[in-house]
Amino acid sequence: METMTGLTGLFDVFLSAGLLWLAWQALASTDLFRAIVLFISFGLLMALAWARLGAPDIALAEAAIGAGLTGALLLSALARLPRDVPAGDAGCRTAFVVRVLAWLATMGLASTLAWVVFHLQPVAPGPGNAVIEQLEASGVGNPVTAVLLNFRGYDTLLEMAVLLLALLGVWSLGVEAEQQVTGADPVLDGLARLLLPLLILVAAYLLWVGAHAPGGAFQAGSVLGAAGVLLLLAGWRLRAAMSSAWMRAVLVAGPAAFVAMAVTTLLIEGRLLEFPQAQAGMLIFVLEACATLSIGATLAALYLGGIPQAEDDA
Amino acid sequence: MTAADLYALAGVGLVGLGLYALIVHAHLLRKILAINVTGSGIFLVLVGLSGTGPDAIPQAMVITGIVVAVSATALALALMLRLTALSGQAELPQDPDDAH
Amino acid sequence: MLTDVLTVVLSLAGCAFFLAGTLGLLRFPDVFTRLHALTKADNLGLGLVVAGLALQADSWAIVGKLLLIWLLVMLAGASVANLVSRRALDKGLPVWKR
Repeated sequence: METMTGLTGLFDVFLSAGLLWLAWQALASTDLFRAIVLFISFGLLMALAWARLGAPDIALAEAAIGAGLTGALLLSALARLPRDVPAGDAGCRTAFVVRVLAWLATMGLASTLAWVVFHLQPVAPGPGNAVIEQLEASGVGNPVTAVLLNFRGYDTLLEMAVLLLALLGVWSLGVEAEQQVTGADPVLDGLARLLLPLLILVAAYLLWVGAHAPGGAFQAGSVLGAAGVLLLLAGWRLRAAMSSAWMRAVLVAGPAAFVAMAVTTLLIEGRLLEFPQAQAGMLIFVLEACATLSIGATLAALYLGGIPQAEDDA
Repeated sequence: MTAADLYALAGVGLVGLGLYALIVHAHLLRKILAINVTGSGIFLVLVGLSGTGPDAIPQAMVITGIVVAVSATALALALMLRLTALSGQAELPQDPDDAH
Repeated sequence: MLTDVLTVVLSLAGCAFFLAGTLGLLRFPDVFTRLHALTKADNLGLGLVVAGLALQADSWAIVGKLLLIWLLVMLAGASVANLVSRRALDKGLPVWKR
C-alpha cells in the first residue's frame, strides 16, 4: 500500500472511523441484542479492513469465524440467559472514581501504543523475505498456508489443541441446553437442505485452493462449522450423530494428525515437523484435510454448548 | 501515513475502547464483547505494524488468533451461563465488604 | 476504458439502491415494511454491483462465482425475511396501518 492518495485514502478513513464508531456503539448500547448485532456488523467491516490491508486469508477467516460464528455463539448465549436476569445498564453503576482511573489508564496505554505505531523502526528485515525465498521449498504456493502448515506448523499444532481444550472445557460445564425446536419450519428446513451440499462443496474447494490462493484449512473448517450450526438451527436431530464415537474421532482427528506427524518427523529426521521437501505438498494437504474436519466439528460442537445427549439418555 | 498505519491506529483505538469497556461494565456478556473488540484491535495493530506489502507471518498469527479468540469466547460464554444458572445473575459477585 | 466507465456507473447505481434500502430501514414504520425495503435493496442493488464487477473479471469462472454470490445473498435474504416476519407475526408486533 502506497501513501494514501485520494479516494482510496478517503475510503480508508471512512472505514476506520466506521470501525471505531461501531465498536463504541456495540460496547455502549444498553440493549444486549442490539450490542451483539452491532458487533456482528463490526466483524463484517473488519473483514473489509483486512481486504484493504492485503490479507484476503484473514478476511475470509474474520467473516466466517469472527463475525459469523462468534455472532451465532453470542446470540445463542443471550437466548439462554434467563429472562429475569438484569441486562446490566452499561456500566452506570460503576463508581465514578473507578471510571476515571480506567479512563486514565486506557488513555495512557492507547497513547503509548499509538506512539509505538509511529516510531517503531524495524531493526533488521524480518523473516518475511525468508518466507518468500523458501516458498518453493515449502510445497505450497500460498505464503500464509506455508507459514501456517510448514514453517510454523508447531503453532498450528498448539492451536488445534487449544480448540480441543476449549471444547473439553465447555463439555465439562454441563449438558447441552434444551433444544427449543418450535416445529419444523419449512423455510429453514428447505434452506438447510439446499445449502448443505453447497457448503460442503465450498469447504472442499477452500481446502484445495488454499495451497495456491487465499483459502486453507481454517476457512474451510469454519464453513463446515457454519453448516453444522445451520443444521442445528433447522432442528435436525443430530443428537445420535453428535454423541457417537464417530464424532469424537472426527473431533480428535485434527490434533491427532498433527501430533502423529510431529512424532514421525521427530523420529525420522530428528527435527520437529520438518517435512521432506518432495512430499511436503502432500503432507500439508493431509494435515489440512484432518484439520478442516476437526475444526468444523469442534465449532459446531462449541455452538451446541454442552455434552451432546444420545437419544436414549433424554 | 500509509493505509497500514491508519488501520494500526484504528486498532489502537479499538484496544482502548475494549479495555475501558472491560473494566467498567459489570455484565459478563458485555465483558466478553469487550474482550473480542480488544482482540480485533490487537490483530489490526499486528498486521498494520508489518507495513506495506503483504507479510505472511503476521497474517498467519492473526488467523491463529482469530480461531483462538472464538474458542475462548465459546468457553467464556459457557462459563457465564453456568454462573448465571448457579447464582441467578450474570455479573461477578461484588466484594462482601463493598459499600454497594 | 468503456468497461471501466460502465463498472463505475453500475456500481454507483447499485449503491443508490443500497442507500434507498438503508433509508427505508431507518424511516419505515414497522418490521414488515422495513424488511421489504431491505430485501429489495439487497436483490437489485447487489445485482447491479455484481454486474459492474463482472465486467472487470478476468475469466468466466470469476463471473460465475460473482453470480453465485448474488444468488446466495438473495436466497439468504429472502429466507431470513420470511423467518423474521413470521416470528414478528407470532409475537404480535403491531402492523402499521395507514
